[in-house]
Amino acid sequence: MAELKDKKRYGIRDVIQSVGLPTLIIGVFLIMLLFAGTALGIPLSALLSDTMRRAGMNGILVLAMVPSIQSGTGPNFALPIGIVCGLFGLVLSIEFGFTGVTWFVVAVLLAVIFAVFVGYFYGKLLNAVKGSEMTIATYTGFSIVAFMCLLWLMLPLSHPNMQWFMGKGLRETIQLDAIGGAHILNDFLKFELFGVIIPTGLLMVFFALCLIIWIHSKSKMGISISAGGINPQFSHASGVEINKNRISANIISTILGAVGIIVYSQSYGYAQLYNAPLMMAFPAVAAILIGGATASKAKVSHVIIGVFLFQGLLTTALPVANRVFEGTDLSEIMRMVIQNGIILYALTQVKGGDK
Amino acid sequence: MRDALKNNKLKPNIDSNWLADNIVTLIFFGFTIFGFIVSDGMSMTYFLTELSSRFFRNAFLVLSLIIPVVAGLGLNFGIVVGAMSGQIAIAIVRYHALGGVSGIILTFLIAFPIAAFFGYLTGRLYNKTRGQEMIASLIVGFFANGIYQFLFLFAVGVIIKVPASHPMIKTDGVGVRMTVDLVAFEEGGLKYALDNLWRMPFMWAVFSVSVIILGLQLLKIMKSKKRPSIRINKTLTGFVMIAFLGLGTFSLIAIFSGSSLMYVRDVPVVVGLLIIILCAFNALILKTKIGQDFRSVGQSQHIAAVSGINVDRTRIIATMISTVLAAWGQIMFLQNMGTLNTYGAHTQIGMFSVACLLVGGASTQKAGVRHAIVGTILFNSMFIMSPEIGQAVFGNALLGEYFRTFMVYGVIGMALGMHVWRTNKNAKITID
Repeated sequence: MAELKDKKRYGIRDVIQSVGLPTLIIGVFLIMLLFAGTALGIPLSALLSDTMRRAGMNGILVLAMVPSIQSGTGPNFALPIGIVCGLFGLVLSIEFGFTGVTWFVVAVLLAVIFAVFVGYFYGKLLNAVKGSEMTIATYTGFSIVAFMCLLWLMLPLSHPNMQWFMGKGLRETIQLDAIGGAHILNDFLKFELFGVIIPTGLLMVFFALCLIIWIHSKSKMGISISAGGINPQFSHASGVEINKNRISANIISTILGAVGIIVYSQSYGYAQLYNAPLMMAFPAVAAILIGGATASKAKVSHVIIGVFLFQGLLTTALPVANRVFEGTDLSEIMRMVIQNGIILYALTQVKGGDK
Repeated sequence: MRDALKNNKLKPNIDSNWLADNIVTLIFFGFTIFGFIVSDGMSMTYFLTELSSRFFRNAFLVLSLIIPVVAGLGLNFGIVVGAMSGQIAIAIVRYHALGGVSGIILTFLIAFPIAAFFGYLTGRLYNKTRGQEMIASLIVGFFANGIYQFLFLFAVGVIIKVPASHPMIKTDGVGVRMTVDLVAFEEGGLKYALDNLWRMPFMWAVFSVSVIILGLQLLKIMKSKKRPSIRINKTLTGFVMIAFLGLGTFSLIAIFSGSSLMYVRDVPVVVGLLIIILCAFNALILKTKIGQDFRSVGQSQHIAAVSGINVDRTRIIATMISTVLAAWGQIMFLQNMGTLNTYGAHTQIGMFSVACLLVGGASTQKAGVRHAIVGTILFNSMFIMSPEIGQAVFGNALLGEYFRTFMVYGVIGMALGMHVWRTNKNAKITID
């Protein structure tokens, strides 16, 4: 009997260790919420459809964390840099008069070009501030967003779909259906399975990018990036150019942020400018941490698990909380607590600063 | 001979660093001057009224940041937690319709244990996130905001039963309203409860401050005459004395000639005195045992631990002091505003206060009263000026508002970045 008990306890600890405590807690919580939702009469298919859509929407932004964590610069708190590159590409593509699929392709191409350029300098910056990357990255991101607020207002762009009706400058939100850009990925090969709507195009793009990042991390370059992240001294001694690797990893991360926001915007149906990107890094960081990553270790699988768990939780919590406690905004409060709690938890696990 | 050698060795180093140390301050100074030149509608009276009310609102909060910097915790964005504690205290006092002087003292007393408790927890967290305190303090503010909202939007009403008819509570009986009126001091409320105790014409206040500072400088000189071991920076003292002599004379002229500057809004003396007390506290605590501990922990945690200082405890105490001070600062801020913006008043406090301190020339490892005071004045001048500049230069006031947000983040990012960059560079030089 005692033996059995011991064995069982060992088993639980084993599971916790391999899955990760945060992942487990959030996973159990999500399942509980799903049961509660079904019991309250909220259709499960609707919840799952929303989860799929939102996971695909946010997935690439979360994926952007992988290269930067692997290279040792920590989660990319400067994701807004990538995001404004993406938005800039998107806006220019509208300005040039493209619509539909051409608009999307041109936006992505332009965004990638900007992201490579900006990401290079961002990587340079991170190399100069080794040891405090996360703090500096956060404020670099904030500064860029605030700077872009000035540009959105001042740029001489004059497409009627983007301009304020009166005065100069771009609108806060740009409707994408006016240029045929809303849901173009979501609606590609979309089908229904037991009432669950599956946005095939969106998920295909997300998984394709995951695959590319996974293959890249197994390539020679990816391995040397990870090695530099795990043990800088040792890799330096074995001839790995750490600084160069950190720059290329952050270029990749910025590109993913840029592509991510375009995919996000087309799924949302609107492009949000000005202060909208300011806080976007934090949910993305929280998602990958929920998936089991730490501030110094991340895999593509963490992204997929994390984004589905976190977005699933958010989509489920809203109707359930509203049904149980009417008139309160409990789901938003829960998002704030979980999102920031998980980041704090990850920060306590960082080994840094000698006593 | 030895002195000369020392001077020669040190001088070029100091000179080359001075510009880098003060670049942010200089930029802000230039910006404000530029604002005065380009904007034509800005009267000095309006500017000084705005500046003085902003200064008395914010200075206490900015000063609450100094001790964590000394103790090596960096810039404590977590004063947001303190601000929330202050707001909880205000909400309690307002709920029971208390006010006046006794009401505001009660608010301070209630805020103390709440802020101390949350400060303790925050300090524990900083000990766990050693080396990443600044990002942790930013995130802990967001995290605490979630809990705060849970408390104010949900717990009040669902867990703590309150009457829906109360003017603070939303009409459906759950949660606190977005804005809560704090009721004027004359009607027994908290609004201006400190400000209206004793008000003094602005120019008289300037005159008294000048006299006090001149007196202090004279005292310093006398002391150094008596005991030559105390060295003073002669150029700086001379400069300060001339500046304040000029300011004092100027204010006297303004008072007796009845210039338009006498229309600047009267200053709240009690708040001013509290700010002065806090300045003195920040300076004097460094002379005590605990203050010395803060310093040694700030310089090297390892050496401090070896010499028998309980590093973790010292860091927690520093965080607690900062949090409590921030709570009190937020109470002063809100009694001046007159309304409690329940879900928004605290969110920006951390960023703005940190930006103020950095503009004054502080860094993540060095901050003093001087930086806080100069920074608060300069930063708020920029804040008043930017919409004017936006209007005058680009014909768009909104642009000025975006610009000042950019300055807030930009200043913090640049100051932090430059500091880390220089530390890394110095570390490399010593290794080489």
